[in-house]
Amino acid sequence: MEVNKEKISTIINKYKKDRAYLLAIFQDVQREYRYLPKEAIQYICNELNIPESKGFEVATFYKALSLTPRGKHTIHVCLGTACHLRGGPNILDTFERELKIKKGETTTDGIFTLESVNCLGACALAPLVRVGEKDFGKTTSSIVHDIIQEFKTGA
Amino acid sequence: MHTSLSKIEKIATEYTSRMKGFQKIIRICTGTGCVSSGALRVHDGLQKAIDSEGLSEKVLIKKTGCHGLCERGPIVVFGNEEILYQAVGKRKIEEDIHLLISTIKYNKTAENLLYKGTDKTKRYVSSREIPFYSGQTRLVLALNGIIDPEEIEDYIAHGGYRALAKALTMERDEIINWIEKSGLRGKGGGGFPTGLKWRSCKESDGFPKFVLANGDEGDPGAFMDRSLMEGNPHAVIEGMIIGAYAIGANQGYIYVRDEYPLAVERLSKAISHAEELGFLGKNILNTGFDFHIGIFRGGGAFVCGESTALMTSIEGKAGEPRAKYIHTVEKGLWEKPTNLNNVETWASIPEIINRGWEWFASIGTEKSKGTKVFSLVGKVNNTGLVEVPMGMTLREIIFGLGGGIQGGKKFKAVQTGGPSGGCIPEQYLDMPVDFDSLTGLGSMMGSGGMIVMDERNCMVDVARYFLKFLVEESCGKCVPCREGVRRMYEIVDRISTGKGREEDIAHLEELGKAVQIGSLCGLGQSAPNPVLSTLKYFHDEYVLHIKEKRCPAGVCKELIKFTIVPEKCTGCMRCASECPVKCITGEKKQVHEINQSRCIKCGTCYDVCRFDAVKIE
Repeated sequence: MEVNKEKISTIINKYKKDRAYLLAIFQDVQREYRYLPKEAIQYICNELNIPESKGFEVATFYKALSLTPRGKHTIHVCLGTACHLRGGPNILDTFERELKIKKGETTTDGIFTLESVNCLGACALAPLVRVGEKDFGKTTSSIVHDIIQEFKTGA
Repeated sequence: MHTSLSKIEKIATEYTSRMKGFQKIIRICTGTGCVSSGALRVHDGLQKAIDSEGLSEKVLIKKTGCHGLCERGPIVVFGNEEILYQAVGKRKIEEDIHLLISTIKYNKTAENLLYKGTDKTKRYVSSREIPFYSGQTRLVLALNGIIDPEEIEDYIAHGGYRALAKALTMERDEIINWIEKSGLRGKGGGGFPTGLKWRSCKESDGFPKFVLANGDEGDPGAFMDRSLMEGNPHAVIEGMIIGAYAIGANQGYIYVRDEYPLAVERLSKAISHAEELGFLGKNILNTGFDFHIGIFRGGGAFVCGESTALMTSIEGKAGEPRAKYIHTVEKGLWEKPTNLNNVETWASIPEIINRGWEWFASIGTEKSKGTKVFSLVGKVNNTGLVEVPMGMTLREIIFGLGGGIQGGKKFKAVQTGGPSGGCIPEQYLDMPVDFDSLTGLGSMMGSGGMIVMDERNCMVDVARYFLKFLVEESCGKCVPCREGVRRMYEIVDRISTGKGREEDIAHLEELGKAVQIGSLCGLGQSAPNPVLSTLKYFHDEYVLHIKEKRCPAGVCKELIKFTIVPEKCTGCMRCASECPVKCITGEKKQVHEINQSRCIKCGTCYDVCRFDAVKIE
């Protein structure tokens, strides 16, 4: 894949080419492409003068970073303790059934990526689902369908 | 421009008199919980209504941080806690806005929006009367829900940055003495004496020094730090500036979880406001002291909440912990002396400086001073954030503030300390909660998650849950944690699917001890706690799973079957319509039936049936 080097350079310069901000640079680049293209990692490592192996180590260590293309909307089903106890796993099952994908996968139309997350910190509203920047509290299996429709039509 | 104490007072006076110009101040909670319940819609709708009524000169709406009672959000508070409305806009938003307007115009209290007690009869007008609030001692959370976290003037008008001005006139050693004598201990989990840590960092050789705030709140079921960073970011910042001055550091970082975008936004604003007024940056309050704070966003790795892993992460590497033969106060970030405290610990500092160490030391138990914020969640009636003095009993917290168990079910256990903690059974409910008592029970204080479980929760499943969490989150650096926890998971998973063997329990205990002794960092060392504590207190439940292949709570899917009791079924069709895979059939007023081959055993039918007609076998 061809990456826009100019754009990536702007991001690198925003952090003054400081290696300490490697994770932040990766996060900003990921926001541009909705994932972290291999070519972008290579370019960044080159610019910051660090071995590619180090770059890939960081890129694969943090869950927030993805090396494969993501859907337009990422659905995060919270499986923190409170959500687990109040039926979070059932919500995840329902999303898997409705979207016909497994956790970690992206729908073939490229609209949704389904992920679980280990706590979003809104435990009082368990079980919680976050799509993009919108949170849905006290979810039940029956509203999963509505959530999917809301973002599908908005897509 | 630099600000001295008189200028701070001037800002406060100006702000207060501006606020006095309003006849009414309404506070709407815009914490993450209330926002997802629709608080912003309520805010916008109310603002519009106020504008069209021509009241915008007289009535001010403030967006505040978390009020704590997240279960009942969105929360709207009138004046100085005189009226608390809950679940505003949850039914019909236009009607509720109308009710709010009539409270504004005619001082008419809207009965419908008041908080009802757990017995559903008594209605409470002021939040001060609600047991959930009246039983709390709010020191760290005192201004959460009162001030607008995006207005530094509001914080200053409520006493903010006075502690900084006072601390800058004190000797550095005197500040550390105060913190030591106050008895403050690290609230992120370990409970290490804060003053002692500061002193070691101050006295260690090496320059520059760093101070860090740990806002990587990774424990599932805990959200105290998030609420603080979102609801009162200046308290954290003021605490850090004081600490940096006492220790002799000129640079600090706040490490915030990737999952908390709002906290990053509010902290960033707070930092730039503090810089504008000369509380941060160069030559703070004309004393010649320089201090800068940067924000570091995490990457979604649980292990980065561990001190050394957090520092490795800030250095731009994969966040793996390292051995602490040399303490981080001597060689931490970039191998320089580094003082790391939790967000809640930092936020405790300003009030200790303002009110004196004697005041702080007078609260709490002999060895655990002050208060602790807990996130009270799970199967409890009032879920949300509570701040209580150390030493309050679990029973007072769960049944007093929390209002008991949802749906009148039976209490089974409370889980504290996240994946490093354990499950505490009913016989210890009268134990006073402090750092040492919880550790004695095989659990720990941890960051403050308190997850209540009832009879419908299976302890083998809970142990399995935490092991799965830890398998996913282990950084993989050391073998005991990487391999040991995985093997423990496999064993518990086997038990929960009915393939457990008799020797499994002894095996788990042995492995657990090996992981405790052999792991490199605190997360690995405490990883077996959820298993060991459930084995200790709920041994019989493991035995039932292994010997009788039975899950009494009805959770472990391979061991259960849901059936309908024909004598009890009224044919209301509720289970059939709620069933996510539509495997329940039956006509109206006829006995229903579950198609076992299609049933996914989610238990929805059991939970929604009002006639006890669904049975777990």
